[in-house]
Amino acid sequence: MPKDRKIRVLIAKPGLDSHDRGAKVVARALRDAGMEVIYTGLRQTPEQIAETALQEDVDVIGLSILSGAHKTLFPRIMRLLREQDLTDVMVFAGGIIPEEDIVKMKKLGIKEIFGPGTTTETIIRYVLDNLPTRS
Amino acid sequence: MAKGVLAGNRRSIARAITNIENNDREAQKLVARIYAHTGKAHIIGLTGAGGAGKSTLIEKIVKEYRRRGKTVGVVAVDPTSPFTGGAFLGDRIRMQELCTDEGVFIRSMATRNYAGGIARATKDAVKVLDAAGKDIVIVETVGAGQSEVEIIKVAQTIVVVHAPGLGDEIQAIKAGVMEIADIFVVNKADRENANKAVIDIQSNLQMNTKEIPWKPPVLKTIALTGEGIQELVDKIEEHRCFLEGDLECRRVSLRSKAEAELIDAIRERVAGSLIEELKKKGKFDALVHEIMEKKTDPTSAAEKLLKKVLHGA
Repeated sequence: MPKDRKIRVLIAKPGLDSHDRGAKVVARALRDAGMEVIYTGLRQTPEQIAETALQEDVDVIGLSILSGAHKTLFPRIMRLLREQDLTDVMVFAGGIIPEEDIVKMKKLGIKEIFGPGTTTETIIRYVLDNLPTRS
Repeated sequence: MAKGVLAGNRRSIARAITNIENNDREAQKLVARIYAHTGKAHIIGLTGAGGAGKSTLIEKIVKEYRRRGKTVGVVAVDPTSPFTGGAFLGDRIRMQELCTDEGVFIRSMATRNYAGGIARATKDAVKVLDAAGKDIVIVETVGAGQSEVEIIKVAQTIVVVHAPGLGDEIQAIKAGVMEIADIFVVNKADRENANKAVIDIQSNLQMNTKEIPWKPPVLKTIALTGEGIQELVDKIEEHRCFLEGDLECRRVSLRSKAEAELIDAIRERVAGSLIEELKKKGKFDALVHEIMEKKTDPTSAAEKLLKKVLHGA
């Protein structure tokens, strides 16, 4: 790893819900853990999220969703990332995702899902421990 | 990777900028390989206080350039925390509508504690976008107050963005950022005191005692609605034509940029490797101790080192 390398994280809000307090709290916590955090803002399409991840060359993507549309949006995001050849990016998610959907979401390639009540320390630790290596 | 950059491949551009930011060996080689292909893009710098509306203005400027058939690259700089080394990069939020347009490439960049309103990597990232064939490259500095003027080493046209209510004519008369503008913009011009802000800047410009070939215009915009944006882009283009037409001016500007870049490179490479070498040999620590014990002072220690390097004494 080059000596000046920083961990770059994209925090993204797919879909139409407009509550981003949680996304901002996570972004802030990762910032304070020494990472460079790019925030997309609200109401992003899967295309915008995948393209932003590409241009910003991030190591990690955190998806925040509260609307219940994860079953529609997450597969599209993961497909676009694959199409862009961004397979070395680690994706995690958070928000309101029912128990019974978690396995399905993980099958898509989403590494971990953090529900309500997760501490920011847990998320920081997870990111640090699961950082993808780069060729 | 250089091939990919020159072909305009977005993945290559993104990875090249990362390598430059991380200061790795590959990045040096890459910049060396693309350097001959730079110099085609027109580089615009936007600076001004945080909250003046720089990011929103850039979104509208990019849209106007796209309407005119130009491709655009953007480097948006935000500050790194001096305490944790982390950063929150939020300029993109205002530009996300542009993100799926293939003629636009936007990159957020943290200062990584480089002083002067941009990052150390900004200059070379601009070269990457230039070599990748972007017609226009826009650099957004961090929210800059008074003395963050590094952008003059990067950009050809500098737009200083103000908003009403940020200060009176005393602020306008101060040295620093107020002197580097090729174009002034008073954004949020629908607010109270917008005309006052324009007059403060204009009256300061009138106090200029030197004859200057380009007189910076003062424009009003409302970035949110797009008002005044066409006029702003027209002015930027006018300034570009002025630079291209005035050969002497262009030569001086190219020369001073080359000089500044060489000085920066020498500082970084020569001083950097000297310090590394001293640290390796343990001499750095020894000198620090001597300074702490007041046996010598930092300048004398550096002078002594310099003599050794120059004369091998």
